[in-house]
Amino acid sequence: MSILAAESANPLIPPLGEIIIGLIAFAIVMVVFFRLIAPRFEQVFRARREAIEGGIERAEAMQAEAKAALEQYRAQLAEARTEAAQIRDQARAEGQQILEELRTQAQEESARIVARGEEQLAANRQSVINELRGQIGTLAVDLAGRVVGESLEDEARRRGTVDRFLDTLDGMSAGGATDGRTGSTVFVPGTDR
Amino acid sequence: MTSSALALVDVLAAEGGGAGDGFQAPGLSEFYPEPIAEFSLLGVDFAITRITLGLWFATLAMLVFMVMTVRKPSIVPGKMQFIGESGYSLVRDGIARDVVGPRGIPFAPFLASLFFFILANNLMAIIPFAQISPMSKFAFPLVLAAICWVIYIYIGIREQGAGRYFKDILFLPGVPKPMYILVTPIEILQNFVVRPFTLAVRLFANMFAGHMLLVVFSLGAVYLFSRDNFSIVFGPISALMAIVMTFFELLVIFLQAYVFTVLMGTYLNGSIEAEH
Repeated sequence: MSILAAESANPLIPPLGEIIIGLIAFAIVMVVFFRLIAPRFEQVFRARREAIEGGIERAEAMQAEAKAALEQYRAQLAEARTEAAQIRDQARAEGQQILEELRTQAQEESARIVARGEEQLAANRQSVINELRGQIGTLAVDLAGRVVGESLEDEARRRGTVDRFLDTLDGMSAGGATDGRTGSTVFVPGTDR
Repeated sequence: MTSSALALVDVLAAEGGGAGDGFQAPGLSEFYPEPIAEFSLLGVDFAITRITLGLWFATLAMLVFMVMTVRKPSIVPGKMQFIGESGYSLVRDGIARDVVGPRGIPFAPFLASLFFFILANNLMAIIPFAQISPMSKFAFPLVLAAICWVIYIYIGIREQGAGRYFKDILFLPGVPKPMYILVTPIEILQNFVVRPFTLAVRLFANMFAGHMLLVVFSLGAVYLFSRDNFSIVFGPISALMAIVMTFFELLVIFLQAYVFTVLMGTYLNGSIEAEH
C-alpha cells in the first residue's frame, strides 16, 4: 500500500500533517533555546567577561598603586637626601663654629691665666722688693755701723740716708740699666725683656 | 518493517525467484515507510512513520543534551558545558555576531535553534537503525525555510521600515534606471521566492540524495554478494563505497546544517543593515 502511495507521491509536495509535526517540533526547540539554553550561555559569557575585565581592572589599579608608591618612595628618598646634605652642611658649619668658639675661649682663658700670673708676679715682686728694701736697709746700716763703729746713732738721719741710697738704687734699676744685679734679683717677664 | 528492509526483501526475492529481472534499485518508497499510526485531526491526516519517530527522537535527544550542558553553568566549563558551549559559540560568535553583524547577537538563540535542530535531524541519516534523516522529507526543511522567510522579511520591515525595505528590493540603489526592467523582477524573485526555496531544497536534496546513495550501495553490496558469478569482486567494492559514503554523509550533515544557518545569517544581515 505504502509503495503504491509512494509511486504516486511527489516528494516536493509534502502532506500537511508532516508540516504541522515539523512546525511543532521546531517550535519546541525554539522555546527551549530562547527560554533556557541561550540565557544560560549568555549568563556564562557575561560572567566570564566580567571576571576577565574585573581582573584587568584590578591589575591596572594595582599597577597604578605600585607606581604611586614608587613615586612617593623616590620623592621621599630625594627629600631625605637633600635633608641629609643640609644636616651635613649644618653640622659642618656648627662644628666650625664650635671649634672657633673653643679656640677663642681657649685664647681668652690663656690670656686670663697669663694676666693673672703677671699680676701675681707683679705682686710678689712688689712684696719681695718691699721686704728686700727693709732688709737691705737694715743690713746696710748694720754693716755700715760695724764698719764705722756704731757712729750713726741718730735714727732719723740714718733712715734718711738709707732711703736716699735706696732711691738711687731704684733710679738705677728703673733707668733700664743692664747690670747684673737687677737681672739676677727679680725676673719679670714681659716688662724687662 | 522498515522500507529499507522491504527493499532488502525485494532484492533477495529477485535473486531467489531468478526471474531474470536483476537488481531492483530502491526508489521513492524509501521515503514513504508504512505508517505506525494514522489518524485524522480537524480534517488533517497525520501519518506517524519511523521517520516521524526519528524526528522526535533526534529533537528530544538534542534538547536533552543541550539542557544537560547548561545544567550547571560556570565560568570555568566542565566537559559537558564545554561541548555545548563550543557549539553554541560557533553559532553565536561565528554566525550571529560575525555574519549578521554587531546587532546580530539577539538572533543567536534562533540561529542556534536552526543549527542544532537541523544537525540533530541530519545525524539520523547515519545513526544505525534510523539511517534516514527526517530532513530528507521535504516537509521539514520547508517548515524551516518558511519560518526563516517570515523572519527575515519581518526583521527587514522592522529595522528599515516597510517603505524603505521594499523600495530597496524593488529598485536596487545604484543601478541605472533602464536596468530596472531586468533587475527588479530578478530581485523580487530572489528575495521572496528563490531564497526560501533554495534554502529548503538544498537541505532536502542533500539529505535525500545522501540517503539514496547509502541505500543503493548497501543493497547493491547485498545483491552482488548473493550472486555467484564474478560480481563477487564488485560486492566488497560496493560495501566499501557504502562505508566511505557514510563518512562523506557525516561531512554533508555538518556542512548542510552550517550552510543553512549561515545563509539565514546573511539574509538577516541584509534585513538589518540598509543595503549599500
